[in-house]
Amino acid sequence: MFRFITSRFLQSLLALFLVITATFFMVRFVPGGPFTAEKAVTPEILRNLEAHYGLDQPLWRQYLDYLGSLARGDLGPSFKYPNRTVNEIIFDKVPVSAELGAISLAVALVLGIALGTLAAIRRNTWVDYVASSFGMIGISIPTFVVGPLLVLALAIHLGWFNASGWYGPADRVLPALVLGIAYAAPISRLTRGGLLEVLNQDFIRTARAKGASEFRVVTRHALRGGLLPVVSFLGPAVAGILTGSFVIETIFQIPGIGREFVNSAFNRDYTLVLGTVILYAVLIMALNLAVDIAQAWMNPKVRLES
Amino acid sequence: MPRRSCSAATFAARFLPLTVPALALALLTLSLTGCGRKDAARAPSPGTAPAASTAPGKKILLYGNGAEPQDLDFQIVTGVPEHHLALTFFEGLVSEDPQLNVVPGVAERWEISPDGLLYNFHLRADAHWSNGDPVTADDFIQSYRRMISPALGAAYANMLWYVVGAEDYTKGKLTDFAQTGFKAPDARTVQLTLRQPTPFLLHAMNHYAWYPLPIATLKKFGALDRKSTPWTRPENFVSNGPYVLKEWRPNQKIVAVRSPTYWDRTTVKIDEIHFLPVELADTEERMFRTGQLHVTNEVPLTKVAVYQRDRPDSLRIDPYNGLYFYRFNVQRKPFDDVRVRRALALAVDRESLVKKVTLAGEQPAYDFTPPDLAGYVSQHAFPADLAEAKRLLAAAGYPDGRGFPKVELLYNTLEKHRTIAEALQQMWRKNLGVDITLFNQEWKVYMDAQHTQNFQIQRAGWIADYVDPHSFFDLWETGGGHNDTHWGNPEYDRLLRTALGAKTTAARYEIYQQMEKILIDEMPVLPLYFYTYSRLISPKVKGFITTPLDNFSWKYADLAP
Repeated sequence: MFRFITSRFLQSLLALFLVITATFFMVRFVPGGPFTAEKAVTPEILRNLEAHYGLDQPLWRQYLDYLGSLARGDLGPSFKYPNRTVNEIIFDKVPVSAELGAISLAVALVLGIALGTLAAIRRNTWVDYVASSFGMIGISIPTFVVGPLLVLALAIHLGWFNASGWYGPADRVLPALVLGIAYAAPISRLTRGGLLEVLNQDFIRTARAKGASEFRVVTRHALRGGLLPVVSFLGPAVAGILTGSFVIETIFQIPGIGREFVNSAFNRDYTLVLGTVILYAVLIMALNLAVDIAQAWMNPKVRLES
Repeated sequence: MPRRSCSAATFAARFLPLTVPALALALLTLSLTGCGRKDAARAPSPGTAPAASTAPGKKILLYGNGAEPQDLDFQIVTGVPEHHLALTFFEGLVSEDPQLNVVPGVAERWEISPDGLLYNFHLRADAHWSNGDPVTADDFIQSYRRMISPALGAAYANMLWYVVGAEDYTKGKLTDFAQTGFKAPDARTVQLTLRQPTPFLLHAMNHYAWYPLPIATLKKFGALDRKSTPWTRPENFVSNGPYVLKEWRPNQKIVAVRSPTYWDRTTVKIDEIHFLPVELADTEERMFRTGQLHVTNEVPLTKVAVYQRDRPDSLRIDPYNGLYFYRFNVQRKPFDDVRVRRALALAVDRESLVKKVTLAGEQPAYDFTPPDLAGYVSQHAFPADLAEAKRLLAAAGYPDGRGFPKVELLYNTLEKHRTIAEALQQMWRKNLGVDITLFNQEWKVYMDAQHTQNFQIQRAGWIADYVDPHSFFDLWETGGGHNDTHWGNPEYDRLLRTALGAKTTAARYEIYQQMEKILIDEMPVLPLYFYTYSRLISPKVKGFITTPLDNFSWKYADLAP
């Protein structure tokens, strides 16, 4: 176990280094820069700007400088927002995205697992059809359609909520619902599939033969194995959901990190691009590790070996 | 909101409890029929909205301000959202009233020498910073010094280059600021010496590049010409305009409250303005309908007609001092031939374009300057002449478009630009038999292509920085920073240089007429229409009057209960 985690940690560190290096150079080779704008600045002013941010140095020098400050935990200043540092922006916005993500994840898990389980145990009845249709619709209708539809119905026509914003507790409801439904849909499909497979196995028949109630069979015996596909899905999904959704955050005007992640690329905000990529990479690696550990615990066939 | 029957939605709603797909269907139908109540804009649920925090009697205006501002240090920003905030917090030496007359700002009066080179501004005694300090001449001079300093690298530094020595100072050729034309003979006089007469200087000084900064405050947080110091944080921010900064929550809101020290504070009527950064026009429109915004930054294209029909009192369309055009690269075939450029320009049906495609009351452009621009009315206009267009194209060697080379039209990725490009593609195919392909790029890639002239024909736009025809003719100087067409004409350049020295405005405008004639003959760019600025505005908002540069002074605006 300890050896497994150490080795995975070292692998992740190497992967992270490669991600940083690739991102650093890729973002530099994209046409246009942080100061490319419609109002052309004179070459002299451009030189002054570049000198201020050290962009006049050779690229390898800038790369080493960046790695140096990264080692000190400093992600550098933002190009787009001159009076904020990338560290500040990340610390400001990650909690917002994480809050939205946590609520949405709860919605997604409760809704998705409940519907998937119902569909599996009432297979080929109307319950299954309703739950499966929900899954299909949830997967195929994108959030930028569901979001405005819910706003139209619940905010504009019924007046229960604000159309957008992130000011009071009520403002959490609509975005969390939209994001939650988007993730509940695949979770319900995966749960149904996983559970159906497990329910046909011998140990379930044994449990039933021993007189266990159907509820006990499902919750105690079947779900543990049936949720394995959901757990593998959750690794990258949780990373995605916690680092924010660009679409939801833009539609609902939420000050989260998901918007910065996308907009920084449009703005050629080199340091912010790198900062958000590093954040995302670290989260994915950590969560994938967590998934592997969880799977080993849930599935006796899997052993933690490097 | 359309007042159509809601029967389809009600029908669907009866089946709501049945299935989940029906719910989605019902919602979809609801949105398609768009049936809403007439009083769609009403207060949101209590305790949740910024609107709901309204204390009794306090006037709070909620303003949609587009993107999140880069910074509140107005010497290093360039965008429109920042522009709106600069107008709120600061005031320059002079100001403009809604009718574009120059009115006193921090300067109560000024004199201009007969040769138009020396300006003396006399500051009012009651101009104060929000911390109570008086606004001094030295504040202005030090602000200007910072603005043009090479170390700061301000993008708009060239707005100050009308003054002697300013350009050399920015370029590092002059290091002694005392040798520039910025002087403060005493604590309440600002003196500017220009390098050549600049008849529109007072208008140009409305730009935020000319606003003063709280020098004493800036110095507390580091060297004057350093950027990114914390002086723009709400707890440190000091300003001299009608409002002061109370709160800045990034990507959430900026709260501006009435300044207790502003000299004209009795004119200011609204207690607080909340600037909400909302990037999507559709989100803005929904927020407007739930009462979360009084004024929006834009209107979704598809909603303009709806508001025109159903709620005309909530829709505002103002002229905007800008030109939407296509830029030719005159070094690339086939646009190296002026006949091809002219043929394409003459074969566009601009009336249909503004009526059926752009939809927001734009003016079709048959010349290069917006109509009646500071009294300048173009006497030259090219006709919409299809026969002439065909003749020109044939003369260039492409009768009925035969043998026309492969042409790509470059635009930045945006729905509106695509629609316009498709309309033109159709018109040219139908009218001239010419086939062009459309090609879109992400904004910065597209900007890069423009500045490196890596295109054949490119969609473009220009919003003037000050209200004077000069700001449009300045663009096409040979090798100018915004020309990017490779086009140049020595006679045009000569006229441009002589224009500013003209003795009277009439004489100056006469020179512009000659320059416009050259542009129409050579057509380095293809004018399409003059911009308008459309926004949704609650009928409760009174006195919100913008100038054609979208300058507005909050002090004239009011909010009815």
